[in-house]
Amino acid sequence: MRPRRLATATLALLLAAFATVSFAKPPTDQSNEWTVDHRIGGSTVHSALERTGRRLFEEGCSSCHGFDGKGVPGQGPSLAGAGEAAADFYLRTGRMPLDQVGEQPLRGEQGYSDDQIRALDAYVGSLGPGPAIPAVRPAEGSLSEGMRLFTESCAGCHGTGGKGGVAIGAYAPPLGEATSTEVGEAIRVGPYVMPRFSEAQLDQADLDSIARYVELTKEPDDAGGWGIGHIGPVPEGLIAWLAAIAAILLVARLIGERGAEEPTPKRGEPRR
Amino acid sequence: MIGRLLRLCRWLWRIAIAGVLLWLRRGKEPLPERELPASPRAEKGVAALLVGAGIAGAAFVLIYGFDEANTQLLGVAAATALGLLAIALIVAAQAIVPQETLSEERPRFADPAAERGAEVDEIAMRAREGIDGITRRRLLGAAGGAAALGLGAAAAAPLASLGPRVGDRLRESPWRDGTPLVEENGRPVLADDLTVGGFLTAFAAGSDKRDLASSLVVVRVRPEELELPPERADWAPEGLLAFSKICTHAQCAISLFRYPLYPERSPGPALVCPCHYSTFDVLEGGKRIFGPAVRPLPQLPLKIEAGRLLAAGELSGAVGASWGGVEEGS
Repeated sequence: MRPRRLATATLALLLAAFATVSFAKPPTDQSNEWTVDHRIGGSTVHSALERTGRRLFEEGCSSCHGFDGKGVPGQGPSLAGAGEAAADFYLRTGRMPLDQVGEQPLRGEQGYSDDQIRALDAYVGSLGPGPAIPAVRPAEGSLSEGMRLFTESCAGCHGTGGKGGVAIGAYAPPLGEATSTEVGEAIRVGPYVMPRFSEAQLDQADLDSIARYVELTKEPDDAGGWGIGHIGPVPEGLIAWLAAIAAILLVARLIGERGAEEPTPKRGEPRR
Repeated sequence: MIGRLLRLCRWLWRIAIAGVLLWLRRGKEPLPERELPASPRAEKGVAALLVGAGIAGAAFVLIYGFDEANTQLLGVAAATALGLLAIALIVAAQAIVPQETLSEERPRFADPAAERGAEVDEIAMRAREGIDGITRRRLLGAAGGAAALGLGAAAAAPLASLGPRVGDRLRESPWRDGTPLVEENGRPVLADDLTVGGFLTAFAAGSDKRDLASSLVVVRVRPEELELPPERADWAPEGLLAFSKICTHAQCAISLFRYPLYPERSPGPALVCPCHYSTFDVLEGGKRIFGPAVRPLPQLPLKIEAGRLLAAGELSGAVGASWGGVEEGS
């Protein structure tokens, strides 16, 4: 038996032993076995997922958020109490990791795989009590109620069409790429300068309704024809002006051409 | 002095009219002889057009009088009235008023007494000429009067849309010590409704929600980050702050609230008006930090009783846009 094979076999044995041990000690809370800390003899033992998350966190996040997730002054905030929802939102939309400290996190390409994100979510969730990832079911929401709630609480910055804007000294992103879960997470977390909404203010049914309305804004039914980006009256007015001015210029040109065929006596010429 | 000015004005007016007429008739051959285009048919036609304009004006008033006036019908009536008037004037100018070019002869230096008789004759002839060609002056006059009446009534009718006198409504506020805050549906606002970084819209219980001072925007921040002036130290229990929802610039409803997750690296907590981006610092009690508004956002002192939010006094300043009597900073 070569030494390499020996090492593999040992590792397999160890893993098997670990699997047996963890199987033999099922977690006390069955509902969410991966995010619960098991306190054995006063020391905290994290789940395997959290441990993976912690490793990823130390590699990729700790330079700004600190090794224990407590934040680095002037670099990044403490993540204690941020919750799984915040981690999931920021990672899944590619807002984290941030290119440069201090800039507004914007949607980009995912920096981690789905499995890695789950692990990081679990680790950040274990740092302190925070919002869990909400289960959003847009199919169960009410469209009219969703529109009412969206208009009341979201449209100020994101616009009634969900196309975003820049009104608050920051960039309010368009919601075209946001999944229903991300919408729910953002409502509970309040990313960057967005306000956050408690369960008392917007409950699960409200969340479903808002998500359903956001789904509608992605591909609205343009009963009138061309939507012009669905960003409201400014482009509509612009198009009307440009089209109207072009039409008027065309008419003026036609009138001028017709007049040129019959030359009129110029001023100063003797009249016949 | 005033008489002179008037005379000067009259002359300037005549010159202006003459200038316009000359400019309009430029390039046209002067009429060689006096033309009398008058025909009874044209006169009747013009009279009918003028009466039609008057009727259309009256129709405008009638349509306007109905409670849910159809704006399309109003537009048609106004356009018909003005259009008929315009056609009547054009037809009258072309087919009723005599057209001729006159040249005034130089006065001869002859015996004034003999001249006078000729002058009188000439004036009488001019006077006759002035009216000949127009055979039914009273008909046309009456028709013109009808048109003027109808159009005048149509122009005056929208005055009825002026609203009631504003009076003191702009200064009245439903907020007193102990007035409860309610949501749009009348449910009392609870302190626990808002999490840190949350906001909602509230109204004064029992008030008309359309009243300028009734609507509030309530936000929650961490109590330790507040920088309120000392006299407002107890206005924000548990970090809950209430401000008038009406912007002090142009009275838009303030619907934008920003609250940073990480204040060190992002803009601070503020309320922003969506119309012209007036921005008010929440932590300093509604101080204006950006935009066209000149006054701070009025703040309402709050207190919590049995979990409910209540006003602990009156608003800190006048609600809404600044106008006479509402001074900067008040």
